[in-house]
Amino acid sequence: MGMTQSQKILARHADLATVAAGDLIEARLDLVLANDITGPPAIEVFRQTGATRVFDPGRVLLTPSHFAPNKDIKSAEHCRLMRDFAAAETLEHYYELGEERAGIEHVIVPELGLAAPGDLIIGADSHTCTDGALAAFATGVGSTDLGCAMATGSTWFRVPDALAVELVGEPAPWITGKDVILELIRLIGVDGALYASLEFQGEGVAALSMTDRLTICNMGIEAGAKNAIMPADQVTLDWLRRHAPARHAASDFVIETADPDARYRRRVRIDLSRLEPVVAWPSLPANGRSISASAAENVAIDQVVIGSCTNGRYADLALAARLLRGRRVARGLRCLVIPGAQSVWNRLLADGLMQDFVAAGCIVSPPTCGPCLGGHMGVLAAGETCVSTTNRNFVGRMGHPESRVWLAGVPVAVASAVTGRLTGPVEAELDPAAFSELRAATSGAGLEGLMPAAKGVH
Amino acid sequence: MPRAHVYGDHVDTDVIIPARYLNTAAPAELARHCMEDIDAAFIDRVRPGDIVFAGENFGCGSSREHAPVALRASGVAAVVAASFARIFYRNALNVGLAILECPEAVGRVSPGDEVEVVPASGRIANLTTGESWIAKAFPAFIQGIIEQGGLVPYTQAKLATPDREAGHV
Repeated sequence: MGMTQSQKILARHADLATVAAGDLIEARLDLVLANDITGPPAIEVFRQTGATRVFDPGRVLLTPSHFAPNKDIKSAEHCRLMRDFAAAETLEHYYELGEERAGIEHVIVPELGLAAPGDLIIGADSHTCTDGALAAFATGVGSTDLGCAMATGSTWFRVPDALAVELVGEPAPWITGKDVILELIRLIGVDGALYASLEFQGEGVAALSMTDRLTICNMGIEAGAKNAIMPADQVTLDWLRRHAPARHAASDFVIETADPDARYRRRVRIDLSRLEPVVAWPSLPANGRSISASAAENVAIDQVVIGSCTNGRYADLALAARLLRGRRVARGLRCLVIPGAQSVWNRLLADGLMQDFVAAGCIVSPPTCGPCLGGHMGVLAAGETCVSTTNRNFVGRMGHPESRVWLAGVPVAVASAVTGRLTGPVEAELDPAAFSELRAATSGAGLEGLMPAAKGVH
Repeated sequence: MPRAHVYGDHVDTDVIIPARYLNTAAPAELARHCMEDIDAAFIDRVRPGDIVFAGENFGCGSSREHAPVALRASGVAAVVAASFARIFYRNALNVGLAILECPEAVGRVSPGDEVEVVPASGRIANLTTGESWIAKAFPAFIQGIIEQGGLVPYTQAKLATPDREAGHV
């Protein structure tokens, strides 16, 4: 029987010719990563293993992203523990707040060229599945798994089966990657891909920018998926050329494709041309409804958050800034803009787009996961409502258990910020030309290709 | 006698232990806030040895290992669910929280029922109603990790034999 794209990556990292769903294997890892919440317990476990060094200081990434800048004394202790460990282990990829390469792990890993087709990546953060956008197998684990992997450079996997998600058509106006993934989760549910790979296929993939693909794969976990993965194409190669030039030049990556006779648990088809912006209502990411049905409910909004590992990349925020140009945030509403990495923040400033946020009355924060998980920098009070470009709207996720969160893409978030209620971009009269211009600029290599590139780890 | 605490589908790790308390990894501190956003009375009601019963996809969402740590430190001896989210599944094995997959038991146990769970054999009994079930068995490899005492001893053995880093297990 044929293998899926994901199974082929696992087989190669386990030195096996074939694997089948349900097999238990040990596999070598190309990159392991953790943050300031999951990293400290992982470091403790690493020490318990008796290992004297991490398996490869170039393949372990730690980043202070969640409660950083330190939100309180306990968080400060965790961040310091991680910083000291990174220094002692001479980790190549630990970047201090303010450095251009610093930021949220799932924004900086692709940007620094640390994910490439065929790679096998684990991270002590559930949104590690983001890196599947680069045709890598990437999955989240807990701190103990990560601590052990830091010691050995390998871990065990149960080989997953897969769902095939066929994307067709060109995206309709105002449609971004966020709408694609919210629609998929609406269709299959929050456990629709439990233990399985989500493998995206079809001619519709070509129309999606790398930013859209990263957003889509990022939320694979919200359908219970083990990993989410895109095929590699010209968009992928253009991205690699700019972000991992050494690996690109040396063809130091492996493009895997599913066998024609690979078997899938289920096939789902999404026609991008027929989508309307989707909003996930409280309190599950699967509660998707169209923006027109949602707006009819007349929900007053207290806070809008634009950013996070889901929608905090340069193309996301450049779009938000252009849509906000000449507009004002509604009176009484707070609009938080959170670039996902310092490089994004710096570039918004250099390009003059920061001025659009400031003039519109937004609060621009340093890169942090902060409000997405109700940590700091924008926590909600009882009864407050929030439209957020983040990834979870569980009870209490962004603050008080009686606060409510609607998940949406950038156009709906901006529209809601300027009207003060849950609204779509058409009703809010956002500039469609600005959207088309930004989509054209960010498709393929586009604007994203100008992001700073790092030397690869390989 | 252990009592049952019963929840529905998709109990996420944000409600098992809200992120606002993740500035610590200390089990006793985490336990104080376990389940508080969906069941504020849980922590006063739970007694050592009690069992949590839930529906599909228990432990979905964030990868925080603090969730099984908080449950275990609150006194919960085992979680019985129709299915588990995959990161929670690994984390529970790794921190020594017994988990049993048993869709048949779900819906047949009420809050406060007297229950008995034997993780080693997979036996689950509702002593209040007299019904009993056997949970789905773990694959031999995973049972082996449990019997070794978790992933750290397994990793120590792996470090001693580096050729174990790839292949079937």
